[in-house]
Amino acid sequence: MMKAMRVLVRHMRVFMKTWKHNLMYNVAEPLLYLSAMGFGLGLFVQEVNGVSYIEFIAPGMIALSGMYSATFECTYGTFVRIYYEKTFHSMLAAPVTITDVIWGEILYGAVKSILFGLVILGVIAALGLIKSPAVILLPLVLGLTGLVFAELAICFTALVKNIDYLNYYITLIITPFFLFGGLYFPVDALPPLAQTLNWVNPLYHSVELCRALCLGNLAPGLGMHAGILIGMAALASPFPVKLMERKIIS
Amino acid sequence: MDNVIIAESLGKCFGAFRALNGVSFSVRAGECFGFLGHNGAGKSTTMKMIYGLSTVDEGILTLFGQSHRLTPPAIKAQMGVVPQEDNLDTELTVLENLETYGGLFGLSRREARVRAQELLDFMGLSNKAADNVESLSGGLKRRLVIARSLMNHPQLVVLDEPTTGLDPQARHLVWQKLRALKAEGVTLLLTTHYMEEASQLCDRLVLMHEGLILAEGSPPELVKKHMPPCAIEVRLPFDSLPQDFADKVTAAGGEVLRVADALFLYAVDGKKLWDQLDAWGVPRHACFLRAATLEDVFLKLTGRGPE
Ligand SMILES: Nc1ncnc2c1ncn2[C@@H]1O[C@H](COP(=O)(O)OP(=O)(O)OP(=O)(O)O)[C@@H](O)[C@H]1O
Ligand SMILES: [Mg+2]
Repeated sequence: MMKAMRVLVRHMRVFMKTWKHNLMYNVAEPLLYLSAMGFGLGLFVQEVNGVSYIEFIAPGMIALSGMYSATFECTYGTFVRIYYEKTFHSMLAAPVTITDVIWGEILYGAVKSILFGLVILGVIAALGLIKSPAVILLPLVLGLTGLVFAELAICFTALVKNIDYLNYYITLIITPFFLFGGLYFPVDALPPLAQTLNWVNPLYHSVELCRALCLGNLAPGLGMHAGILIGMAALASPFPVKLMERKIIS
Repeated sequence: MDNVIIAESLGKCFGAFRALNGVSFSVRAGECFGFLGHNGAGKSTTMKMIYGLSTVDEGILTLFGQSHRLTPPAIKAQMGVVPQEDNLDTELTVLENLETYGGLFGLSRREARVRAQELLDFMGLSNKAADNVESLSGGLKRRLVIARSLMNHPQLVVLDEPTTGLDPQARHLVWQKLRALKAEGVTLLLTTHYMEEASQLCDRLVLMHEGLILAEGSPPELVKKHMPPCAIEVRLPFDSLPQDFADKVTAAGGEVLRVADALFLYAVDGKKLWDQLDAWGVPRHACFLRAATLEDVFLKLTGRGPE
């Protein structure tokens, strides 16, 4: 487990050479949503909860980037490292265990969430949409978001045999998370059942935290959102290694 | 400690399929030990158990005096691995590949760089240090994988088909490097499909077939034990030979081995058999008399030729 850092270092070295290629999903996509929704739909929406529409949705884009970064890294990225590049095979020949390798993957997902989330934060700050110094806590939220989504992604990746099945995860799980996660409209606009379901949507909690930190609405409910994310990360933590071990070690 | 590896009755099942069926062998410190066998014989399965990608479910595997179900990091730290399939980091350069791999062994950046440069020198790759791995030929990639396996100064290097797909020059170069390693006292364990490679490099080897070890010994020992000294290859289609040809050979004290459509004759006195071929209706110009080799042992014991 301690040697997961060595695996992370390995990934970061590759990242230093390849980060330009994966700006696409992780940064471009949230910014496209922000401009289309914020500047387009924003013309028709007066105010949401006392702030302009673009101010309302901008923090959610940071959370979205955090979710995407960890998710894509630990689904497609991990799958490619297992089956196509055989990186797992080469790493496991070194003095590391499968536990180190899997936690290295998860940490990498979380680090990417922080880095790409901060890029979005930079853009949003440049647009003058940040209202509170509390935003300096944002890396913690991003790291936590990345951790949860990296764990989930690894679990799912461990269950599929074909890379095409990863699309199901994106379409059936990740997309609903972001459509209903309170990014584009407050969740109390949803029917009660959907509101209840949102409690198991990690992105919802992440969006609430990001929005509060960016706008400075530091309500007491925030601790609960953070607590739920931490709980989710802890609850999911045994499964990535267990599921992957079955797949990798014959 | 004399034996670096002791394998006792290793067994492995993948579902209902039995890939290893009681494999026992031992590898002494400082020797080069080979595995020969057809595709699917179980060579890689055995190698993966040794380098910790597969669990020992049946039997006992002792490495450096310790037995484990899955080879732990402390043992892997003393081992180098050249897997059957190249698994280099395609996004990185040649030098970066080695440095990054050194990091997994806990080497600092500086230590890794020094060691990497030594190894690039040793494998004749110095002028490729800054090249992208993608641009390397198959032979250079293989050399790089071998260099990578040496980053941690291993005492034991496991090489799964180190020279498959290499041209003769590249293969000879790899052989030279492996000999140099052995001269430094490194224990080598290698699998191969090439009889010549096995004969040239291995002090001892095993012949593996369908999850079993059929024979073990040094290349000359194996030939001596399993074959008469002379071999005659009959290079004619089996159907075009006289019907009683095989019987005549056997009656004259020879052994007949049919492999696919080819025929091999073995005898203590090959010359005697050779002199009678024409009389038996098999023209000698279509035959070839030579000494028996490891390949003949392979053909005989596994019942078909190497691929
Ligand atoms: N993870 C696995 N799951 C199912 N079957 C496997 C697995 N690994 C190996 N096998 C099977 O076990 C047998 C032995 O495979 P192995 O890779 O050890 O052969 P090999 O001797 O290395 O062959 P080759 O010369 O082709 O590399 C093969 O039939 C292979 O299909
Ligand atoms: Mg093999």
